[in-house]
Amino acid sequence: MTSDTAVHAEHAEHIVSYKKLCAVWLTLLVLTVATVLITRADLGAAKVWAALGIASLKSGLVIAFFMHMKYEARLFRIILFVALVTLATFVGFTFFDVLYR
Amino acid sequence: MSHQEHTDNIGAKLGMWLFLFTELLLFGGLFILYAVYLARYPHEFSAAGKELNVTFGAINTVVLLTSSLLAAMAVTAIKRGEKGLTVALLSGTLGCALIFLVIKYFEWSAKIHHGIYPGSPRLVAGAPGESVFFGLYYITTGLHGVHVVIGGAVLGWIGTRVNSGSLNQGNNVALENGTLYWHLVDLVWIFIFPLYYLIL
Repeated sequence: MTSDTAVHAEHAEHIVSYKKLCAVWLTLLVLTVATVLITRADLGAAKVWAALGIASLKSGLVIAFFMHMKYEARLFRIILFVALVTLATFVGFTFFDVLYR
Repeated sequence: MSHQEHTDNIGAKLGMWLFLFTELLLFGGLFILYAVYLARYPHEFSAAGKELNVTFGAINTVVLLTSSLLAAMAVTAIKRGEKGLTVALLSGTLGCALIFLVIKYFEWSAKIHHGIYPGSPRLVAGAPGESVFFGLYYITTGLHGVHVVIGGAVLGWIGTRVNSGSLNQGNNVALENGTLYWHLVDLVWIFIFPLYYLIL
């Protein structure tokens, strides 16, 4: 069953096209320009959250497409989630301590 | 019955991701320190952050994003069996790594020339928040720079293996894992750039 093996191989090893990778790269550049412009404006604390929000969006694009996370097994996304929750817990508990000391 | 060598690409990539999560927590710790001290010394951080060169930071952001694109394209190229293109794309990634480090060298040199380095008389005499900011700046960008050097070395070694044919269309997980490490270097910079160069 050659067609069956081919389907299986394609499923196991997804190939992201050059075109898609370049589109992601262009989006990342546009988002970088957006961060610079937003943080040059006088927005106070809001610009910190805007910059972090855009950085998170950029990270999501890099992880999903450049790092192929979108095409990996679900287990990969579960452990990514666990790692992010762990980091968020560290951040949260640190600020509980620092802000209400 | 043909004897086939057992390979487990999913397992290899899973192991790489687990390692990347320890890296995430390593840099995460430095970002937590940054956040806590930014909350404690907002004015000193603001004054010190304005000394950083946004142009250098922005150029290095574009350089690293481009290097990541070339690394991701190299994975596509090897899976399509385009050996020459894979090596060329990896060389491009290494070129970007080199440009990044040269720009970093000029950036750090300018700072040190202005008397800004850990324990310098200017920082010791100045406000405590300022020396904390530059201490974190040097340790975070320095550790990131070490990762650029290691990632570059790993991708260089992988490039020679692609060139010799020991990594190829059917056996490419080492290349994929090497580029995963490289993308992590890019991810860390995606946060360093706004936090140190832009928001202050």
